[in-house]
Amino acid sequence: MPVLSVWMVRTALLQLSLGFMVGGLILMRNALPGGASLYRLVPLHLEMLLIGWLVQLAMGVGFWMLPKFREGRPRGREELVWTAYVCLNSGVLIAGIAQSADGAALLALTGRGAEALAAVLFLANAWPRIKPFGV
Amino acid sequence: MPTLTRWLIRTALLWLLLALVLGVGIVTPDRLGLPPALAGLRPTWVHFIVVGWITQLIFGVAYWMFPRHSVTHPRGLTALGWAGYTLLNVGLVLRVTGETLTLLGHPQSLAALSAPLQMVAGWTLAAMIWPRVKEK
Repeated sequence: MPVLSVWMVRTALLQLSLGFMVGGLILMRNALPGGASLYRLVPLHLEMLLIGWLVQLAMGVGFWMLPKFREGRPRGREELVWTAYVCLNSGVLIAGIAQSADGAALLALTGRGAEALAAVLFLANAWPRIKPFGV
Repeated sequence: MPTLTRWLIRTALLWLLLALVLGVGIVTPDRLGLPPALAGLRPTWVHFIVVGWITQLIFGVAYWMFPRHSVTHPRGLTALGWAGYTLLNVGLVLRVTGETLTLLGHPQSLAALSAPLQMVAGWTLAAMIWPRVKEK
């Protein structure tokens, strides 16, 4: 497994652990003193589990498993995917926290923009690797 | 395919089946002669798919296919995997039971009780696979 995939998969596992913790607190809100306000964390819970966990895991495993190039850099332009990694994780935190707060629409937009940029960068590297093995 | 993987994947398939059956029931419960309140189970349905199906399937395949932990213990911390498997599925069963009873007007705390089980399940499964996420 390449270093970049190690970082992506491990960060996805961290997002899973944090996302489950946030979800657990939301589910227990009625049993916790002052817990009703925890329901505001639903957007952060969704962002962490859908994008931070599932999407990031798929990207990490995709970067590892897709066919490599026979010439040049075997896994393509890794710097694009490193940038995608940074954009995706900062986007998840910014969009998740901003949506859970009031009056932070611009920040939420910024976070979602960072996530979209991560998708573009990942796709730019993965697209040419979707090919028969050995070509 | 290792035993833990078979249990994780087969149970994931059962959650997928339950999710799709539940999906039929909650989309228009009144037309099926079911209590209309069941439409409120949409979050439960999402958790069947994202936790019971996708997440459980991922851990099943990862336990099988990820780089080996060591020569003596190739699949690493199997006991953590079994603990995570049990907690995750007991947690989901408690959750759906609790949320259904609540929707039908029987206030209780089964759903809240399921929360710590699911939280610890996520941490346990992540801890099981963590040492196997490494360069060869």
